[in-house]
Amino acid sequence: MNGELHTSIYEPAIHLQRVSFETANMKIIDEVTGSFPKQQITVLVGPSGAGKTTLLKMCNGLLNPTGGEIYLDGKPIKEMVPTELRRRAGMVLQQTPMIEGTVYDNLALTLRLQGKELHQEKACEILDQVGLEHHYLQHDSDSLSGGQRQKVSIARTLLNKSDILLLDEITSALDPSSLHEVEELIRSLHEIHGITVVWITHNLEQAKRMGHYVWIMMNGKVKETGEISVLDHSENPEVQSFLRGDF
Amino acid sequence: MTATALLLTLVFVFIPIMLSKTLGLQLEKDTIVAAVRSTVQLLLVGFVLKFVFDSESYLFIFLMVALMIAAAVQNARKKGQQIRGITWKLAVTFIFLEVLTQGILLGFAIVPATAQYIISLTGMVIGNSMVLAILFLNRFIAEVETHRPESELILSLGGTPKQAIHRQLIRSIQASMIPTIESQKTIGLVQLPGMMSGQIIAGADPLEAVQFQLLVVFLLLTTAALTSVCLGLLSYPALFNERMQMIQKERLSD
Repeated sequence: MNGELHTSIYEPAIHLQRVSFETANMKIIDEVTGSFPKQQITVLVGPSGAGKTTLLKMCNGLLNPTGGEIYLDGKPIKEMVPTELRRRAGMVLQQTPMIEGTVYDNLALTLRLQGKELHQEKACEILDQVGLEHHYLQHDSDSLSGGQRQKVSIARTLLNKSDILLLDEITSALDPSSLHEVEELIRSLHEIHGITVVWITHNLEQAKRMGHYVWIMMNGKVKETGEISVLDHSENPEVQSFLRGDF
Repeated sequence: MTATALLLTLVFVFIPIMLSKTLGLQLEKDTIVAAVRSTVQLLLVGFVLKFVFDSESYLFIFLMVALMIAAAVQNARKKGQQIRGITWKLAVTFIFLEVLTQGILLGFAIVPATAQYIISLTGMVIGNSMVLAILFLNRFIAEVETHRPESELILSLGGTPKQAIHRQLIRSIQASMIPTIESQKTIGLVQLPGMMSGQIIAGADPLEAVQFQLLVVFLLLTTAALTSVCLGLLSYPALFNERMQMIQKERLSD
């Protein structure tokens, strides 16, 4: 199968129709078709170089597909204003880049881009949401730990009131305690606000803990999709090999 | 200056050649090429300027200015080849600068509208602008590459290309302007400007030479500011496509 996700009971938040992405030298995404169901957590797993980050960047509008079409709530994203698309389908980048300045400056960035100001109460509210104490607002962003940076990154994206969160390996550099905190945060955001989450992870245990649905990607193709239990019962030999850790 | 005296100035070419040979710097060939080229170019320019000054024709003044701008574009464009359409962006910057500065100088009758003034001041403005443009492009391209994740972050949060590149643009403009501002802070104390020294050697009243040098100093401040800002505003859109995405490095050029 080539990525047809059977999630008919859920309306798709994002649907990809024969989506490809290629550079001059290579095909990174090869005619992927499938959906990320609304208000569900879909995890994307696969070996490095499978095209997962490229796929997410296309959903956020940071890259254009070279073939096929991506729809957000049934509307082709190429017809949407890029800034509007990126606010609705917010992406938390793997490297968690920070702008120079304090945590407040980083949070205020999201609103400043829209010509708005971030009030202190709102900043405190968003810190509560991601589980950081208020005094962090005045901390220099360079002084934060990996887990704190991830939380600030998520908070920064949440300030856009995104209804879709695209997470690119946001816990890969975290210690077990921070990892657990970020997982709890995403779970609560999903449960309380009904946010759709698409989450790239290399951690298969995390995928099983967090995901409702899973896409298993290899070499730019979706090898298998379905409910998260697919990770335990796949009959696809390539997927089995990946799950055994042969890649 | 007599022909013998001119020949004797070759001593100042001979010294670096000997030093290079002794210390194994391997710069002898470059030094000789530089000396020969500057001699030929300056003599040629001397003859051309004499012809243009004598003719007092605005057509020749225009052609001379156009030639200077074309040479400056040709030289500076090598540093900005990653930026789509850099040639016309440089040309627009230099032409804008020339029109503005000459417009003020001639419009307010600060200097007479003669070939002698127009061409000399154009040489200073465009020459400095070219160096500024090279400094700016070097820094801007480096800043863009170094801070690509930061720009990508701003785009991913729904920012526009201008917002995504704002800090890099400001840093590059500052970096390219600082040498001009710093060198002008010590002017007269550490170094006497070439033009002023030239006038004094030629017998001009030092106070008159200073007045004219002040005009040039202020002119170069404007040159520094406008070159970087103008080139920056023209260049940054070339880093993005119509979907507000950053173009990858290998795809920046035409």
